[in-house]
Amino acid sequence: MPDRDPPRSTVPESRNVPKKRTRLSLVWFIPILAAVVGAWVAVTRVLSEGPKITITMKTAEGLEAGKTKIHYNGVDIGTVQTIVLSEDHQHVIMTVEMAPKTEEFLVEDTKFWVVRPRISGANISGLGTLISGAYIGMEIGSSKEDRREFVGLEIPPVITGETPGRFFILKTKDLGSLDTGTPIYFRRLQVGQVASYALDKDGKDLTVKAFVQAPYDQYVNPDTRFWHASGIDVSLSASGLTVQTQSVLSILIGGIAFETAPNVMVLPPADENAVFTLYSNRTEAFNPPPVNPQTYQLVFKDSVRGLTAGAPVEFRGIPIGEVSDISAQIDLKTFQFSVPVTIKLDPRRLGVKLLDLGPGVDLETMRRKLIDAMIAHGVRAELRTGNLLTGAAYVSLDFFPGAPPATIDWSQNPVQLPTVGGQLEATEATVENIIKKLDKVPFQEIGVNLQKAIAQLNETLLAAQGTLTSAHTTMNNANLLTEPNSAQVQQVGTTLQEVSRAARSVRVLADYLERHPDALIKGKSGEAK
Amino acid sequence: MSAPAMTAMQAGLQSCEGCGLLSRPAPGEEEGQCPRCDEELSFRKHGSFQRTWAYLLAAAICYIPANVLPVLTTTTAAGADSDTILQGVVLLWSPTGWPLSIIVLVASIMIPSAKILALGYLLITTQRGSVANNEQRIRMYRMVEFIGRWSMVDVFVDTFTAALIQLQPLMSVEPGPGLIFFAAVVVFTMLAVESFDPRLIWDSASMQAAESKEVTYA
Repeated sequence: MPDRDPPRSTVPESRNVPKKRTRLSLVWFIPILAAVVGAWVAVTRVLSEGPKITITMKTAEGLEAGKTKIHYNGVDIGTVQTIVLSEDHQHVIMTVEMAPKTEEFLVEDTKFWVVRPRISGANISGLGTLISGAYIGMEIGSSKEDRREFVGLEIPPVITGETPGRFFILKTKDLGSLDTGTPIYFRRLQVGQVASYALDKDGKDLTVKAFVQAPYDQYVNPDTRFWHASGIDVSLSASGLTVQTQSVLSILIGGIAFETAPNVMVLPPADENAVFTLYSNRTEAFNPPPVNPQTYQLVFKDSVRGLTAGAPVEFRGIPIGEVSDISAQIDLKTFQFSVPVTIKLDPRRLGVKLLDLGPGVDLETMRRKLIDAMIAHGVRAELRTGNLLTGAAYVSLDFFPGAPPATIDWSQNPVQLPTVGGQLEATEATVENIIKKLDKVPFQEIGVNLQKAIAQLNETLLAAQGTLTSAHTTMNNANLLTEPNSAQVQQVGTTLQEVSRAARSVRVLADYLERHPDALIKGKSGEAK
Repeated sequence: MSAPAMTAMQAGLQSCEGCGLLSRPAPGEEEGQCPRCDEELSFRKHGSFQRTWAYLLAAAICYIPANVLPVLTTTTAAGADSDTILQGVVLLWSPTGWPLSIIVLVASIMIPSAKILALGYLLITTQRGSVANNEQRIRMYRMVEFIGRWSMVDVFVDTFTAALIQLQPLMSVEPGPGLIFFAAVVVFTMLAVESFDPRLIWDSASMQAAESKEVTYA
């Protein structure tokens, strides 16, 4: 304030007050820093918020809100926030907060499942969850479409999408002891697992999805055969007892084995999801049923005991087909029973394939010609016993030059091939003959005669006893005669002494005569004796 | 309330903060050094209000993440658990453990917030030149100053726990990010208390008394 008045002593002196420091102090840097750090933490927190998803499951057993984690390849990428019941109380709905940057994992075909300890035949899994509690496993899908609401799997998938390898489709009529997780063997090495199986819609076949790990999947080519390697395969057939097993594990839990037929050609590996037939055993896998089997009928007049469907049909010992059906029929007019046996022959094994067919020649015609010729040369079907132990029979086609001539009626369906009475029947007839002959033997008469003979024998024996008694007496007498003190023996002794003396005299005489042959004429000289 | 006494500053004297010696400022200079202990002298702490406000603000800012972020991460075989201070209080609350829960609640939540609020109140009233309840305010200041050093106990307990419980792979405890902010709150409030010059509480009263005296002079 300007002071216009002249200075007076009463005017107070200006005070010397230290200047207030209005300069902004450097200390403000600290709250700014704190604010910046706080803001940064807040921002990173917000940014680290991952997507929220919901998973619907049947049960939340072992799961805990705020604790249960989502694991992907062992990495924790999310936490279950809440678990609530669905409106219809049938399911549980879990809200899961995922880790940031997991949006791309959450696509249409991403799968979630609860990992709990599981013990099945093939594997024990999730043992770690015994201590840590259950967690949710996931498999990232390959779809591009985003998804936030998922339905959890009740059964965890055996193979996750990350395992390198390929899936193959196996078609089978019988699931056997297969299950998800059933091992797949290649040369007894476990190379894969059954991923899933389902019954076809028509209910006829089962589709088994098999997974073969890399690098073994390259050994599956279009000519590979898959078969049930479950348990112990014991087959008792006309050719004897066959036992086949894979590993001990597969004996217990079953399995699938595959092998590629030793082929000169090296085929390229089969495509993903290629379809194969799952054979029931290795033998069948490599001897598959004929592709276009030709059906024939054989009518046997005799018993076909021992013949079963599936029994082999052999031509001179070479299997060329199998029996497919056995039935019985009766001719009501003649009351004659016969057994029509349907057989299926593999045309590839009949040698038709080997013939060089000229152009324009029908394969069927060729086949008929061949069979006609064979029948004309005496080929007949016969029932034979393949295994004496089991009595299993088989059908044999062989040459019977003496067989009555026969022709084939090709108009029939199925075509009937001529048969001859089998070896079996012949044997049976012989046995029957013997039995008949035995039957004629008069066993009763023989018995009566035998009884008479036995009675006579009794009498004879009594007589014999008397004779023996006499003989005994005689022997006793003889004994008495030969006793040492008997008179006879004494006499014999004396006589023998006499004979001995006589013999000596003769010897003396003989000696003398030798020395004095003249004594024979002149007589003994005086001094000599 | 007794009449406010004349302050040293009003008498043109400086008191040494180190040894308490009263001295006259050297001519030509506003502030000098204590002739006895060489301590830097000033009538009042430089920029006391500004610095106290700055530290208080920083403490208030840090107080939010300290309570929102987890302070302890307990990893057991059952998984990792992160708990904030408040969650810890809730966790400790049980029919038998409630005293412990209350201790944590008081020491870790109530005291820091009370400190911030008290300092804010002191600053506002002092800056506005309030003369009421001066004794109450200086008592409040002393209390805040006394409690300040003990607030660090929380941080120590946390770090000790983390250092001791390392039973890998069974169990381990690790400090969370919230702990750093909690420590920052404690440090900033202590700094704020340190920056605040309690003599300022009395200045306005003395100034008023001086002015009223001058008026009587006039």
